[in-house]
Amino acid sequence: MVPTTAELKQRIEESIAGASAEVVDLNGGGDHFRAIVTAPKFAGLSRIEQHRLVYAVFGPEIGGPIHALSLVTRAAA
Amino acid sequence: MSTPEQQISTAIKEAIAENDVLLFMKGTPEAPRCGFSARTVAALETLGATFAAVDVLPDPRIRQELSALSSWPTIPQLFVRGELVGGCDIVSEMYETGELAEVIGVEAPDEAPDRAPVASEPGAPPLTIENNLPGRAS
Repeated sequence: MVPTTAELKQRIEESIAGASAEVVDLNGGGDHFRAIVTAPKFAGLSRIEQHRLVYAVFGPEIGGPIHALSLVTRAAA
Repeated sequence: MSTPEQQISTAIKEAIAENDVLLFMKGTPEAPRCGFSARTVAALETLGATFAAVDVLPDPRIRQELSALSSWPTIPQLFVRGELVGGCDIVSEMYETGELAEVIGVEAPDEAPDRAPVASEPGAPPLTIENNLPGRAS
């Protein structure tokens, strides 16, 4: 099952309260993605902690069907 | 008797403790096997940073044990003085804000570009053939 950008966006937004995500497929292959995620929950967290929250949405799928998920995270729009 | 996994985990912890700047990557700094690893190496080299590198590809258990230790699912992973700094995205972002030079304790050379070096064209697939090793051995 190849994940789609819409699916990834929806899962991030459903799992992280108040998040809005913009997801692009980097090479059109359905396995290298970039996500720009804005969530109030990120306030006060280090980049590492912010990225871990997003990676946690996908668990073992990262490195599996989702070969790469490049992240930019922001606390506020 | 410890299991091979425990031995790998111990070796990883020792490597992190013994090297001030340590990069876990796919391939070597001279021959990176993934665009993200290549980009991270390029950021470090542009700053003239001295760093040690561990290739995770020879044994999938290295990556498995590393991710278990660091709670970080992807490669590369940069450690500075025992702490995980980040992967390619964070390292690139910190390069651009000047934090990377600061954290490593180097002075960015005057000729270092403001933008993080791009090892491959934006959106291009990784530089080399995909790694077919099981990333997460079960």
